Amino acid sequence: MDARRDGTLSRPASPATGAPDPAPPHAPRKRPIRGRSLIPLAVLAPVVLAGCQLPSFGAYRGATSQGQDAFKLWQGFFIAGLVVGGFVFLLIVWSVFRYRKSKKSEGLPRQTQYRPVIEVLYSVIPILIVMSLFVFTVITENEVDAVPSTKVTIDVTAFQWGWQFYYPATGKVVIGQTLEQPQMVLPVNEPVTIHLESADVYHGFYVPAFDFSRYAAPGYVNTFNFNVLHTGTYRGQCTQLCGLYHSLMLFSVRAVSPGVFETWVHHTSGHHPTIGQLKNQIHANGPGA
Amino acid sequence: MTDVITPTTTGDGAHGPSVVGVARHEHEEHGPTGLLKWVTSTDHKVIGMSYMITSLVLFYFAGIMALVLRIQLATPSSSLVSFAQYNELFTMHGSLMLYLFAGPFAFGGLANYIVPLQVGAPDMAFPRLNALSYWLYLSGSITMMMGFLVAGGAAEFGWVAYAPLSNATNSPGVGPDIWIMALVLTGFSAIFTGVNLVATIFYLRAPGMTMFRMPIFTWNMLVTAILILIAFPVLTGALVMLFCDRHFGTHIFSVQGGGSPNLWQNLFWFFGHPEVYILALPYFGIATEIFPVFSRKPVFGYKGMVFATLSIAALSTGVWAHHMFTTGVVLLPFFSLLSLLIAVPTGIKFFNWIGTLWRGQLQFSAAMLFSIGFLFAFLMGGVTGVMLASPPIDFFTHDTYFVVAHFHQVLFGTAVFAGFAGLYYWYPKFFGRMLRENLGKWHFWLMFIGFWVTFMPQYIVGLLGMPRRVAIYPSYLGWQSYNIISTVGAFIIAASFAVLLWNLWISWRQPVPCGDNPWDAHTLEWFTTSPPPHHNYSHLPPIRSERPTWDYHHPDSPAIAHGEGRPPRGDKVLVSS
Repeated sequence: MDARRDGTLSRPASPATGAPDPAPPHAPRKRPIRGRSLIPLAVLAPVVLAGCQLPSFGAYRGATSQGQDAFKLWQGFFIAGLVVGGFVFLLIVWSVFRYRKSKKSEGLPRQTQYRPVIEVLYSVIPILIVMSLFVFTVITENEVDAVPSTKVTIDVTAFQWGWQFYYPATGKVVIGQTLEQPQMVLPVNEPVTIHLESADVYHGFYVPAFDFSRYAAPGYVNTFNFNVLHTGTYRGQCTQLCGLYHSLMLFSVRAVSPGVFETWVHHTSGHHPTIGQLKNQIHANGPGA
Repeated sequence: MTDVITPTTTGDGAHGPSVVGVARHEHEEHGPTGLLKWVTSTDHKVIGMSYMITSLVLFYFAGIMALVLRIQLATPSSSLVSFAQYNELFTMHGSLMLYLFAGPFAFGGLANYIVPLQVGAPDMAFPRLNALSYWLYLSGSITMMMGFLVAGGAAEFGWVAYAPLSNATNSPGVGPDIWIMALVLTGFSAIFTGVNLVATIFYLRAPGMTMFRMPIFTWNMLVTAILILIAFPVLTGALVMLFCDRHFGTHIFSVQGGGSPNLWQNLFWFFGHPEVYILALPYFGIATEIFPVFSRKPVFGYKGMVFATLSIAALSTGVWAHHMFTTGVVLLPFFSLLSLLIAVPTGIKFFNWIGTLWRGQLQFSAAMLFSIGFLFAFLMGGVTGVMLASPPIDFFTHDTYFVVAHFHQVLFGTAVFAGFAGLYYWYPKFFGRMLRENLGKWHFWLMFIGFWVTFMPQYIVGLLGMPRRVAIYPSYLGWQSYNIISTVGAFIIAASFAVLLWNLWISWRQPVPCGDNPWDAHTLEWFTTSPPPHHNYSHLPPIRSERPTWDYHHPDSPAIAHGEGRPPRGDKVLVSS
């Protein structure tokens, strides 16, 4: 359950191999499962029984509690997809290899056109599968999207082509663009509220290791919570095409202990450029300046 | 030639006027010739062929753009193209493939050519409107390509043109305006073709061709045409609004003027998601024509399949906001549920196709191979589509290469696999000659391998966090190896299309004539000559099931009694050997 795997900037990310990495000594062994999520998870028995020991199927295991919920849903969907897709795949392979026309075949095959019982079965069973997927989806999405009020709040403003992180409690501002990517700092093991908006066009606030993204939209504010589970630095990037230097619109998130965070957030640096100044600068000189 | 319906015979259950007539060859003799004949033609076959050739040329252009994009991404910080050129290239790649190839090839080209033949009509209902459609499409396509020639280059905001990136401040210049104009032109072309197809299918069916005897291809084209009439006017309207925002000072999509950028996304995807099915349904129809012919069986569960198609169309108008899950302003459960539900009728289609193959006598012609390739490709695209219908999963895959891989598997799986299946299948009908089958198999296997090599690594690199539409990426993240594999795959696909070009050339230069019905096919278009005469039919067979040509050529075969039911159990006569 090393959630920092692949998400750190300090060491190169390894491609997700699917095999769980050994847990680092400081990581909590297991996150307590909330009561609400027990019922549906019990239904999806194979997933739950294996729990975190299941392969990651290529996705990040979720460095936040919200991300872990999304990750478990991903595992469930992946297994459902393997079972259903595998079943259909085998049916196709079987019919292609079994029923190829041989030299021996004479006359015509039986001209079957309708088999009502089978037709009803393959209509009803998929509805049941889809309904159960929907139930898990709603439960997870309510957990991922829950925004209880928190002690720490960060206002994120995306702009062409950078990010501003503003801490209203102390007035601390971190701002940077393209090659000078900014870093958001937040306390670990504590829910943090993010208010996200855009100063110009749509941007996408995406932290792969958190298994989460949300648009930074012009004209309205998106609110969500992060509860980062492990200290570390996680890379982030704009995902929504936002113009010329979209490829360079990077940032990072550093989760630190609450004590370190308190010191950091109260140490306000005096001078910082405004969004407008940075935009003028990049339009005049490009990202290299 | 007994039992042939003469023009005076009225069939059972036909709606509308009977239009079966003797082909009037004198039209051809007294009309203009050469280029003027092509320009002035209102023959659905000439127009359909023009559509197909134009869209294939654009397909090759867009494919070359994809190769440039793939070379750029093979190294993390390539300088093959600039950021601006990269944005232009993927915008035009998407616009050409989606607006100008995948749709027009099927509902402009194949539907134009095949639907009147399949329902036994002499032409489309409005031949001159049909010609207008093509010329709008051609002028729109040329307009789109002209974007590369203007100062400032082509549009750079992606094929979705999200406001406010597409406004006059963020996307100045003529390129975006040209893009908007091109889509308005081709949008009207699509709307007119939709009107024409609906009228043709409702009013010009031959005597005996009831709705439930129509081939699935024609059914799917009818549903596609209705979807076009629902979706395309919304796009055209949104484009006009965007143009007004850019030039006439309106503020429909700008926050500063009290407008809503989110409105663009809603309008665009209200077009855009039905559009996905406008692109897919025709190709489902092609595959559904090919499986029965090369399994020597009727379509399994014909009526269930028709209702599956109708429910896909109905659901597709209520799922647009699943493209907007991460905007934070859509009702997630509603759009998630409807999106998941689409998997059900799509699954029904899969079982129909498998049921058609089941216990058949499969012959692996190139057309059949491409159709089976379509099954595998679309299965993978479908399974990942179900994952994306779940908002919490969509949150971390949205706008990453996972989505890129998903929709390429869906659209390549349908428009390219099933589309070229249709080309190999109907080419003998178009020209009375065969395409080389052995080259067709080379084309298939190269494309099939290239397809998986290209798109499977994109799922993985997307889950690792690589966003779409980036020209460069950090080198220390381990993304490059996946991108190199993907680029190699793209070149394998390109090689397969070089084989197709060679096949088209050699089959044209050294023709191998074939009869009117080389595949022993089922549907009406194979009853007339190849190529069909000017007004298609001099006479028609009796139409008493959904495969009249087959019934005609197999008079003592197990006629699936008028398209209904199945033969009683234990009827040994019907079992082979």
